Amino acid sequence: MTTVATRPGTRRRGRGIRREGLHGWLFMAPFAVLFVVVFLIPIIVSVREAFYSQVPSGGGLFGGGELVDTFVGFDNLVTAATSGAFWLGMGRVLVYAAFQIPVMIIVALGLALLLDSLLVRRVAFFRMAFFLPYAIPGVIAAMMWLYLYTPEVSPFMQFLPAGTDFMAPGTILASMANMTTWTYTGYNMLIFLAALQAIPHDLYEAARLDGASGWRIATRIKVPLVRNAALLAVLLSIIGTVQLFNEPMIMESANSWMGKAYTPMMLTYNSLMGQVSPSGNGPASAFSLLMAVVAGAMAVIYALVQRRKA
Amino acid sequence: MAQLAPTTTATSSSGVVRRRRRVPAADELPLSMAPKPALRAVAIVVLVIACLYFLVPVYWLVVASTKSNADLSTTFGFWFSGKNSLIDNYNSLMSWTQGLFWRWVGNSLLYSTVAGVLGTLFSVMAGYAIAKFAFPGKKIAVGVIMGGLLLPVALLTVPLYLEFHTLGLVNTIWAIIIPSAVSPFGVFLGMVYAQSSVPTELIEAARIDGANEARIFFTIVLRLLAPAMVTIFLFIFVATWNNFLLPLLMVSSADLKPVTLGLYGMMSYFAPVKGAVMLGALLGVLPLVILFFALQRYWRAGMAAGAVKG
Repeated sequence: MTTVATRPGTRRRGRGIRREGLHGWLFMAPFAVLFVVVFLIPIIVSVREAFYSQVPSGGGLFGGGELVDTFVGFDNLVTAATSGAFWLGMGRVLVYAAFQIPVMIIVALGLALLLDSLLVRRVAFFRMAFFLPYAIPGVIAAMMWLYLYTPEVSPFMQFLPAGTDFMAPGTILASMANMTTWTYTGYNMLIFLAALQAIPHDLYEAARLDGASGWRIATRIKVPLVRNAALLAVLLSIIGTVQLFNEPMIMESANSWMGKAYTPMMLTYNSLMGQVSPSGNGPASAFSLLMAVVAGAMAVIYALVQRRKA
Repeated sequence: MAQLAPTTTATSSSGVVRRRRRVPAADELPLSMAPKPALRAVAIVVLVIACLYFLVPVYWLVVASTKSNADLSTTFGFWFSGKNSLIDNYNSLMSWTQGLFWRWVGNSLLYSTVAGVLGTLFSVMAGYAIAKFAFPGKKIAVGVIMGGLLLPVALLTVPLYLEFHTLGLVNTIWAIIIPSAVSPFGVFLGMVYAQSSVPTELIEAARIDGANEARIFFTIVLRLLAPAMVTIFLFIFVATWNNFLLPLLMVSSADLKPVTLGLYGMMSYFAPVKGAVMLGALLGVLPLVILFFALQRYWRAGMAAGAVKG
């Protein structure tokens, strides 16, 4: 992954190496301390909390007294893993991922290939236009789309067949997928474009001289060469989708039928806030851990499938 | 000098025109490979449709922010109505938010700037340490940071809240700034740039001249890494501005809210003036959009360097 800078080290004697190690750590220190605080301790906290529940010290259902942390073993994790609401939410997120990610990646790749094909000028303009939505925070984009979906406000509802409802139980997932696609397609397109522009152009000229068409150059040379960028984009999108939160939170503010557990992350948040049962630090931590396990499993499965294909 | 300027511009622009017509530029294909007009037309149509998809919602946001609730539902959606309600919307935005709106924008600016500056400095220091020093535990550190790149961060937010609650940091500005300043992606970029643009010979020469490590870093290395730092700053700034779940959990006082959280609160009011909400959304993203396009080339630099995560 990294080229280890051994040269200065090998030249010096033991004391020099120790000094270099000290300096290296001094430069690492500020980031390392914050990384421990923000990444490592929360992981430990969530594991610890998942095994505890807060129960009143008086005992019993209506027992008084202060809340004390009590070790409950695997109770929270079992509750989380057998929660119908959790798996229902996870199912929605998986359906969402199965449609949204391929559409977004294919469109992003298509647009990047078009901009790289030299078929059009003003590449800089298109690049900027496609990237603009990324500058708009997810929550604010979701608010905007919510109004675009609201019949009394929407500017394009009048052009659509009567009865079109973007926020019905059958369509709302697709409507939210559209929000994510709108925000992130341009971002992914820029990644692909950067990868495409790193390919030496001699390659295309050689292919042209051999009689290859533009289509063949795109599918046989360009796409395979940006394959790694695409795989990574898909992987990060999977991880992002498991945590889907902003869009359903905004949609729920206008569609209360969605409930407090529409996605696993919403369930976790509302569990911590005490708005759904089971509630509290323990169950919320257990839900977090379970989501991490599912996200990790999906990422591993995806990586394995891709490796087998290659 | 001032007299010469127009002439030079004229020649260079005519030079560009001539080059486009006759001699293919280095990165363009020779004329024999030029695309067919029909193909070009198709490409342009596709790109224009994509443009409309990405830009029309933003355009509508501008139009909607000038309309009253009544005009939003009765007048043509894609054009301004006869009556301009911009001032009314602004006034109701101020009264709905109890005059806190600009404070929220200011908060977002403060959190994003402080997190961006600290996060950039710490990332570059860590990246430089990894690229140029041999220190014990380096391989583990790199592995952990790369793992952090793939970690679903939303899942960490719940235990992070529990941790910060114990530390008494909840509902302070640090509850937003500290987590936002930790960017494994920033370290990754810093490392890549330090490897490619800080010559080891230069550091060694400075050491022989008697400069200490801190001086070398702050006077030589930071200067060489300046473009990388702008890129890292942008990524952290935008990620902080866009974050919703973190402030939602961490901040409860109205005067500490960033603009995303403040506007989300507005959504849940009973029957808000929709034009005012849209105006708030527009004003809340404007600083970000400006920064975004002013520093556009640094985004592309980041993506070209293997940027994969936002």
